[in-house]
Amino acid sequence: MAEPALASRPIHELTALLAKNSVSPEDLLSDLLSRIERLNPSLHAYLAVDPENLRRQVKALPAGGRLRGIPITIKDNICIRGEETACASNILRGFRSPYDATVIERLRAEGAIFIPRANMDEFAFGSSTEHSAFGPTRNPWDIARVPGGSSGGSASAVAADLALAALGSDTGGSIRQPAAFCGVVGLKPTYGRVSRYGLIAFASSLDQIGPLAKDVRDAALLLSVIAGHDPRDSTSAPVEVPDYVQGLEQPVKGLRIGLPALSEEGLDPEVKRAVEEAVNVCAGVGMTTSRVQLPNIDKAVATYYIVATAEASSNLARYDGVQYGLRAAGGGGEGALKEMYLRTRTEGFGAEAKRRILLGTYVLSQGYYDAYYLKGMKIRTLIRRDFDEAFTQCDLIAMPTAPSPAFRIGEKSSDPLQMYLSDIYTISANLAGIPAISIPCGVSGEGLPIGLQLLAPPFQEERLLRAAHAYEQATSWHLKTPPGAA
Amino acid sequence: MAAITPEILKQVALLARLRLEGEALTQLSAQLDGILEYVRQLQAVPTDQVEPTSHVLPLSNVLRPDEPAPSLPAETVLALAPAAHKPFVKVPKVIE
Repeated sequence: MAEPALASRPIHELTALLAKNSVSPEDLLSDLLSRIERLNPSLHAYLAVDPENLRRQVKALPAGGRLRGIPITIKDNICIRGEETACASNILRGFRSPYDATVIERLRAEGAIFIPRANMDEFAFGSSTEHSAFGPTRNPWDIARVPGGSSGGSASAVAADLALAALGSDTGGSIRQPAAFCGVVGLKPTYGRVSRYGLIAFASSLDQIGPLAKDVRDAALLLSVIAGHDPRDSTSAPVEVPDYVQGLEQPVKGLRIGLPALSEEGLDPEVKRAVEEAVNVCAGVGMTTSRVQLPNIDKAVATYYIVATAEASSNLARYDGVQYGLRAAGGGGEGALKEMYLRTRTEGFGAEAKRRILLGTYVLSQGYYDAYYLKGMKIRTLIRRDFDEAFTQCDLIAMPTAPSPAFRIGEKSSDPLQMYLSDIYTISANLAGIPAISIPCGVSGEGLPIGLQLLAPPFQEERLLRAAHAYEQATSWHLKTPPGAA
Repeated sequence: MAAITPEILKQVALLARLRLEGEALTQLSAQLDGILEYVRQLQAVPTDQVEPTSHVLPLSNVLRPDEPAPSLPAETVLALAPAAHKPFVKVPKVIE
């Protein structure tokens, strides 16, 4: 059998080859670039491809580092010094960040190579990457389908071996749902585990940066690098970072998995079956299972669309054509400044961004604040308490990542509420601030990947990764490659 | 709870510094009303005794040592502005 392409291998194999000098960073990059050239035009995972930039980075590599020479793609909302970072929005088109996000600094220090500009829904508003101002990304398992979102470019690139791994951001499922749709591993860390400095804000109390990777070991390695307190983000937690890779070797016997009763409205029977079988596999490797209650989880989507839009409308107030980004032309005389704001924002934001800004402004406005925003924050408390209570009886919770496999491009784009409901199982982890991971656990009759989601108490990523790794070792779903990546 | 009418939405849009007119206004107000109708299921949940959660971390009054550190040069930052007149960003005239 032929050796698998370099770009198809997990990072933990490549770093060993690179360390022995049996593969050079130049070899790896040239394999990757030929794949990008061949596949990115149909997948549109990347908004821009600049081979010279990547070659320059390889030439300038430092001597050591846990990720030396490993190309990692970065979602278009995480700032890299000197690179365009536009959140897939016209309002930030051409913006070049004058500084590195903390996660970029940390990856850089370990010798990683950055492939900028993984496509996304504009400002991370979406579940399909169809809301990118620069055109949708496609799913390598079926290019008529969405890769999920909002980190759809990141997931599509990792699945199609156009990057060894990716960073995404997850506000309501934006790492886990695309990971499930594209058959890769996606981890949303605990709120506060990873610095948000340099992540362009969507909803500040929910956003978290995390890795998308080919397997659990790679996700553990990336988290070990990017996690930890950062004085530049006061919401990053001063909690010690364990070695997540070493933690994978710890036993899983006796770990208690809680299975919540969930609404099955809209749950695809194939997804249901795959997740049930995955739970059986977990039991087969020594974990135990029991029922748990999350009585308020069915209110998570409604709560999220109050809290997240309120925060988004406030965060996006900064795009006004004054300090950076787009400024619309025209208008003089009296009221010219206000007119400039109006034109800039009306021209610069896409339809979904406007929808969320308006919804958020509405729920925060006088007369509606108590009924919506305050109510949403109170129900958020109830959802957190549900998890606190459930985790007194179990160590992890298992459920599907998404109610269905990847849907078709255009299938949900005219009905925002249906699109929002595709995040029904992922949103509660963001509201509660807890870590959650999606790992491949099956393939549908139509040949589309299915994701198993595991959730853990705050700062228990080590336990989450250990259980996910044990499941992965007992199965081979993560080794399946999409037909579009051949 | 009142519906979100095109008139209300027009007012909200002005607060958000977005211009909405005609067809777009009617269409969007119907769409947002549909979303809010779904959200209104929350009204049935009793929450009188529940404290709101605005963030999940058990942190308060985080302070860092008050030590000077380098920040971005003003020129770098001004270079990002659509219009600048050193050392200021430039906007359309506010006062005639």
